[in-house]
Amino acid sequence: MAENYILECSGISKAFGGTQALKDVQLHIRPGEVHALLGENGAGKSTLMKIIIGLYRQDEGSITWNGKPYQANGPVDAINQGISMIHQELNPEPHLTIAETIFLKRESTVGKFFLNKKEQNKRAEEVLKKFDFPFAPTTLMKELTLAQVQMIEIIKAVSCDAKLIIMDEPTSSLDSEETEHLFRTIRDLKSKGVAIIYISHRMEEIFEICDRVSVFRDGTYVSSRDMDGVTRDELVSMMVGRTVKNIFPKVDCKIGEPVFRVEGLSGKGFHDISFEVRAGEILGLSGLVGSGRSETMRAIFGLDPLTSGKMYLDGKEIKIKKPRDAIKNGICMVNEDRKGYGLCLQRSIRENISLPNLPEKQSGLLLNQKREIKECGDAAKMLTVKCASIEHTGLSLSGGNQQKVVLAKWLMANPKVLILDEPTRGVDVGAKSDIHTLMCQFAAKGMAVIMISSELPEVMGMSDRILIYHEGTLNGEIQRSEILSEAVTQKHILEKEFGGK
Amino acid sequence: MASNNKKKILGMDQDQFNMFMGKYGIGIILIGMVIIIAIMKPMFIKPGNLLNIFTQISINGLIAYGMCLAITTGGIDLTVGAQLALVSCILGQLVGVKGMSLIPACIIAVVVAGLFGFLNGVLISKFDMFPFVVTLSMQLIVRSIAQIISNGQAVSMADPAFKAIYSSKFGPIPRPIVYLAIVVIIMYIVMHWTRFGRYVYAVGGNVNAAIASGVSVFWTKTLCYTISGVLAGLAGIIFTAKTGSAQSNIGVGYETDAVAACVLGGTSFAGGISTAPGVLLGAIIIGCIYNGMNFLQVNSYYQSLAKGVVIIGAVLLDMVMNKKNR
Repeated sequence: MAENYILECSGISKAFGGTQALKDVQLHIRPGEVHALLGENGAGKSTLMKIIIGLYRQDEGSITWNGKPYQANGPVDAINQGISMIHQELNPEPHLTIAETIFLKRESTVGKFFLNKKEQNKRAEEVLKKFDFPFAPTTLMKELTLAQVQMIEIIKAVSCDAKLIIMDEPTSSLDSEETEHLFRTIRDLKSKGVAIIYISHRMEEIFEICDRVSVFRDGTYVSSRDMDGVTRDELVSMMVGRTVKNIFPKVDCKIGEPVFRVEGLSGKGFHDISFEVRAGEILGLSGLVGSGRSETMRAIFGLDPLTSGKMYLDGKEIKIKKPRDAIKNGICMVNEDRKGYGLCLQRSIRENISLPNLPEKQSGLLLNQKREIKECGDAAKMLTVKCASIEHTGLSLSGGNQQKVVLAKWLMANPKVLILDEPTRGVDVGAKSDIHTLMCQFAAKGMAVIMISSELPEVMGMSDRILIYHEGTLNGEIQRSEILSEAVTQKHILEKEFGGK
Repeated sequence: MASNNKKKILGMDQDQFNMFMGKYGIGIILIGMVIIIAIMKPMFIKPGNLLNIFTQISINGLIAYGMCLAITTGGIDLTVGAQLALVSCILGQLVGVKGMSLIPACIIAVVVAGLFGFLNGVLISKFDMFPFVVTLSMQLIVRSIAQIISNGQAVSMADPAFKAIYSSKFGPIPRPIVYLAIVVIIMYIVMHWTRFGRYVYAVGGNVNAAIASGVSVFWTKTLCYTISGVLAGLAGIIFTAKTGSAQSNIGVGYETDAVAACVLGGTSFAGGISTAPGVLLGAIIIGCIYNGMNFLQVNSYYQSLAKGVVIIGAVLLDMVMNKKNR
């Protein structure tokens, strides 16, 4: 049966370096439908969307748009061809007016060079009226709320005559009333024949607003279904299914006394988080991106402020205002953003490893460079950093080896609590396994290890205990025994991540 | 290319060679320059003239080390030229007018210069203001204060004891060279052998990583600008001793030569990269350009042009080298 599709992507593959982000995936969108795109973190949703709007180019596969072969040379070209994307992170120009934002790059002009503001404002007013948007076209963007900025983006897309609008987590920063308003707009667009690709982690919304759903898993396409007649359970089953072979070098070590405890921590993106972690324990934090895992850890480490809550180390309350305080207390963190918070790439491996540990390397006023060279060399060797010499810069290293350098620097600080945020992201398979082995060694030394990972198999394979985040709060705790006895499966965890009980 | 030759001669692989060039490439440029000038005018490399060059660069050398710290943290210190004038005027008022003895007057002058540096540092690191804007404004303020306290009048500082600061010698070595040598050694130790030095490189290289490693960005940056102020203060004393007169209009454009010395010496404007020997070499190159062109009897109007061309050439070379690196 030849169905009528407005957008057909078939056989799309895309690799970044050695990582296959998309493997032979397809996506078929009908005109005027709201199509949900569902998948775990890293399933390849964003990559496919970026290919559609021309930010990436696929290695293989073809896209048909309105029955014709399609290739966008960037977002502007995509908009010209009728595809707009509303990004999750909106970046409005605060000093432009609404009219200027809507007609950016296609201003009304007199002749070739001079702006015709009057005409432009009039046109803007017309479109705004169509959407019942209660602001004058001359209002500055900075006066709008996030929801209103998003609405402007949608209005802009429609005024560009978009036939397909991609919405990436459009409700992530909206309250329920604003969400309701967005849904009304979506229904309205639908009735005008505009198709919408709706990316969201929120199941209820998908069931409420979407007509069909496509599920991705690990860069592959799983299946597409009509929303009528599909259950939440089925969708979750479709998202998991990665095989958890026992590829993790997890060693069970003696779990000792509680080392670190937090009570009622709240801050931006998380609230009322309480947990404790014991010496020798690897505590896994699982949850969707943006569910508050990294945010909590950043706040504990002093990178972001806490609004309330208490922290106890060895039973004593501690206050952490900046990373320096955390380090002094023996809490170290390997940040998920390795280049941003991990290394000074243009400095040598030695300098990077010793940076937080310089006070111990001092004799008198000066640094004891001999000792530094020896100790950093030993640390690099112990962590199997592949480098010709520790005098080389961080730039000369691969991602995995850079990560090992970061680990080496914190290991030298000999922390009581080691926080690892996505320790194996962007790391090749060999280095990944090395890092897992090292984690077990750290735990065996009596360190309390907290690991954040977006890879469920990694969390399940490495953790003694798993805490599950859902929208800023904890939604369940799982013991290793439950995983080993297969009482708890990936599906259970994923369900909890999506807010289920 | 040159890299292949070097590889054979020094037995280094490409990587080591790049590190070597990053560290000492500028020295090779300097040697080439000296050889060319010396061939044209053999007098150029007579010891007397070499001492002359080093004496001439002492002031710029001192300023350049402060500038180097500022640039390494990702900033710049444009106040230094005006600091020379302020120090000069303070000395003029305290010694020339009030008749205070030399040593306390010099100490006061240097402390004041250091305080303005500290103020720069606080504004930049505490309030996150742009170093360019802060130090440029401070340049205006400091210059103006110099004019106010001196009322625009030059004060003669003809006391031989004071002039001796510049003109007397330790054995055959003019004193300014000794000052420069001491500062170079201290700065080498500070930049490469102390915690503070490491923090400077970390803050300049990746400020977030530095914070996440427990480095205090506030103190690191503030101390850099304070040191820059103190060094400019010392340079101001030497300058005043050289001219024997306290004036509020001296030191105009001295920050340019300091920046030039840093850049030639491999200090990266992106922050996080610099070496103490490099800055000295950079200052020597600037000195050789001035001195060499005088020797070659080139019209002095061409000197700035030559300086500009050499700087752009050196930075371009550095860029090309680094691109190959990546």
